Amino acid sequence: MTEIKEMVKILAEKHGRERGALMPILQAVVEKQNFLSEEAMTEIARQLDISAAQVYGTASFYSFLDIKPRGKYVIRVCKSIIAEMKGKKEILKTLENSLKIKVGQTTPDRMFSLLETNDIGWSDQEPSLLINETPYTNLTSEKIINIIHEYRSKN
Amino acid sequence: MGNIIKLKIDGIVVSVVEGTSILNAAKNVNIKIPTLCYHPDLCVAGNCRVCVVEQEGARTLTASCATPVSEGMVINTNTVKVRTARKHIIELLLSEHNSECTKCYKNGNCELQSLAAEYKITNENFIDLVPLHNYTIDNFSPSIIKNNSKCIRCQRCVRTCEQLQSVSALVVAHKGEHMKISTFLEKSLFDVVCTNCGQCIIRCPVGALIEKNYIEEVWNAIYDPNKHVVVQTAPAVRVALGEDLDMRHGEIVTGKMVSALKKIGFDSVLDTDFAADLTIMEEGTELLTRLKKALVENDKTVALPMITSCSPGWIKFIEHEFPQFLSNVSTCKSPQQMFGVLTKTYYAKKRNLDPAQIVSVSIMPCTAKKFEADRPEMRSSGYKDVDYVLTTRELAVMIKQAGLDFRSLPEEKYDSFMGQSTGAAVIFGVSGGVMEAALRTAYEFITGREVPFTNLEIKPVRGMEGVKETSVKIERTLPEWRFLEGVTLNTAIAHGLANAKKVMQNVASGKANYHFIEIMACPGGCIGGGGQPIPTNAEILMKRSEAIYMEDTGMPIRKSHENPEIVQIYNEFIEKPLGQKSHELLHTNYIDRSEK
Ligand code: SF4
Ligand code: SF4
Ligand code: SF4
Ligand code: FES
Repeated sequence: MTEIKEMVKILAEKHGRERGALMPILQAVVEKQNFLSEEAMTEIARQLDISAAQVYGTASFYSFLDIKPRGKYVIRVCKSIIAEMKGKKEILKTLENSLKIKVGQTTPDRMFSLLETNDIGWSDQEPSLLINETPYTNLTSEKIINIIHEYRSKN
Repeated sequence: MGNIIKLKIDGIVVSVVEGTSILNAAKNVNIKIPTLCYHPDLCVAGNCRVCVVEQEGARTLTASCATPVSEGMVINTNTVKVRTARKHIIELLLSEHNSECTKCYKNGNCELQSLAAEYKITNENFIDLVPLHNYTIDNFSPSIIKNNSKCIRCQRCVRTCEQLQSVSALVVAHKGEHMKISTFLEKSLFDVVCTNCGQCIIRCPVGALIEKNYIEEVWNAIYDPNKHVVVQTAPAVRVALGEDLDMRHGEIVTGKMVSALKKIGFDSVLDTDFAADLTIMEEGTELLTRLKKALVENDKTVALPMITSCSPGWIKFIEHEFPQFLSNVSTCKSPQQMFGVLTKTYYAKKRNLDPAQIVSVSIMPCTAKKFEADRPEMRSSGYKDVDYVLTTRELAVMIKQAGLDFRSLPEEKYDSFMGQSTGAAVIFGVSGGVMEAALRTAYEFITGREVPFTNLEIKPVRGMEGVKETSVKIERTLPEWRFLEGVTLNTAIAHGLANAKKVMQNVASGKANYHFIEIMACPGGCIGGGGQPIPTNAEILMKRSEAIYMEDTGMPIRKSHENPEIVQIYNEFIEKPLGQKSHELLHTNYIDRSEK
C-alpha cells in the first residue's frame, strides 16, 4: 500500500465511512499533502464507496480544497475590496516578480504557489495574505521580500 | 393507498391520491405543464423551475413537479405571472446555451427547442452569454459525446447515473457561474469509470449528451460497390423502432424494419436473434459444465455463480467495480459479437466472399455495444468483427433519410443464412429473458422433457422488479444428468446497474447462494437500452416488454436448440458447444479495470 492510500485508510477509520466523513477527510488530506492528488481522491472514493467523480465534485466546490498540485507554501493574497484599495496590486506585483510566477502558478521547484482568495478576515489590516495557515498583515513590498526570503532560507 | 385529495386546477376539480405532485395531478386532467429537470424515472430535483404554477393565496410561484397536492388547493397554470416567469426562465437558459439548432444532432427532438418554439423566443429577448463561457466538447468515447455548450444543468444525467446505475460518472462540480456537469478531474468519459450504457443520453432533454453516430460511415459502405454490407438487428429494436417513426409505443415492426433495411441497400439483412440462440447453446453448456465440475468432481476452482455476459455495459461495470468476480462471468461473447465473427468467417465462406470485403453493421438498442465492438478482443475473425454499431435511433434517422414511408412498408422476412431464430432469442431483449431462454433449453437437456409452457414453472423470471430471485428444483433427470437430481438451482436476475451492484454485494458478502445470475445494465433490459427511442420511461418499457413476449408467443419455434440453422451451424462449422472452434471464435476474456 502506498503512503497516500495508507493515510486515507487511517483517516477513513477515524472519521467513518459515511458520506458526512467526506469533508473532514478531504480537509485532512489537504492539510497533510497541500493538495488533493488523483490517487488520494481515488482512494477516498474507494474507502467511502462513492465514485471518484463525486469526491472531485465536492472538492471542486470549495476553493480551499486544491485539486492541482501546489507548492510547499501556498500564498493566498486577499482580494477583498478593502485590500484592493490598500494596495493589493502592488503586493501581487512584488510577489510575482520575486517568485517569477503569475497568480495561479507554482514555482518549478514546487516551493511556492501564488493564489488569490476571498476575504481572509483581516480587513482592518490590509493588505494581507496567508502562507499556508499563517496570516501576514499590513504588508508592504519590503515586508514581502523579507518574508519570502525567510521561507526560502528555511529550506 | 393514501387518502384522496381534492383540489382545483384551472377551474377543474381533480381528485388524486395524497402525495401526487401538482404536475401529475394536472396531467390527469390533460393540462400540460412544461418541465425540464423532471423525469418520471428519477427523484425530483426541482432546479429548473420551468414548471411553475400559481397557487391561490401563495405569494411566490410554486414548482409543480416538486410540490405535492393538498386538500382544497386552488392552482392556476395559465396566468400572466406564470407565463412571464416561464418565458424568462427559458430566455435565461437560452442566453447560456449554444443554440445552433440547425447544426445540432437533437434538432427536432429536443425539449428545450420545443419549449423555445412554444413560447416563441426570439433572439432579441436575451443577451448571448455563450462567448463568455469556455465550453468544452468530449468526443473521445466511441459511444457518447458530451457537449457542455448545450447543457442546461438540469442534472437528469447526474441523477440517472447515480440513482439508476450507481456509477456516478457524472457529477455537479464547481460553484456559481462555473457550475457544470463534470467527470472525475474533467477527464473524457472514455478515461473514467463510465459503462457507456447511455442511460444519461436517453434522459438528457437537450443535445448535451448524445450517442456518437456512424450514419455517414454506414451510408458510405452501402454506396461502395466493392463492399458487401451485412446488417444484424437486435431483439429489442423491433419493438421500439416504430416509436421514432410515428407509431405506437411497443408496436412490433419486425417485418417493416427488414423491408426498410433491404430498401436502404444492405446486401443481407440478418438477425442477431440467431446469435442469441447460439449464445444459449454455449452459455447453457457452460453453466451445466460448471455445475458438473462443482457438484460431481468437487472442483473448488470452478467459479459459481455463473453470471451472464451479453450486456457490455454490465461487463465494463464489473471490470471496474468487482474485478474479483471476472472468472464468474460467462466467457461467451455477446450475441452481437458472436454474430460479427461468424459474418466474417462462416458466412463469408458460405457466400464465397473475401472477409475484407464485408462490412458488418449491427442495429442495437445500446450505446455500450459501440464500445464493445471497438474492444481489441473483438477481432477473432482477423478483422474488426463488427464494423459499425448503430442505435435504434440512428436507424430511424437512416429510414427517414432514405425517404421511406415506414408505416406503409410491406412486411418482409429476414434473409438466410443466420436469419432464423426462436422465441427464446427474442426474449433476450427483456430483463429475465436470457435466464428464461437458458432454462427452456437446459430443462430439456437435463430431463429430456419439454418445458411445460402452460405450467407457470419458469414464469417468475418475468416482470419489472429490480431484482428477481427464483429457485427451480430439478427432478426426473436423464441418466447422464443424474448428479443434478433433486438439486435446487438458485437464480437471480437484476436489471439496472444499481440493482446489479446490490446483487453483487450480496454475492461478495456470502449472503446469497446463487448458481446463475442474469444481469442487464439497463433498467428493463435491452428494451430500455441507451440507444432506444427518446423518451424511454417505465410506462413505455411495459409496452415494449409486452410486445417482446407477444413476439415470443407468436414464434413457431421457442427453444434455441431447436433452431434448424443452429443445428446446421454446429454440424457444418462449430462442431460442438465449448469445442475448439467455439473457444476461438465465440468466447472471450475480460480485463481488470479497477484502480490499483
Ligand atoms: S440542444 Fe436543442 S435547443 Fe440546443 S441547439 Fe440542439 S436542438 Fe437546439
Ligand atoms: S453512460 Fe451510463 S455510466 Fe456512463 S455516464 Fe452515462 S449513465 Fe453514467
Ligand atoms: S448533460 Fe443533459 S441531462 Fe445532464 S445536466 Fe446537462 S442538459 Fe441535463
Ligand atoms: S421541472 Fe419542475 S423544477 Fe424543473
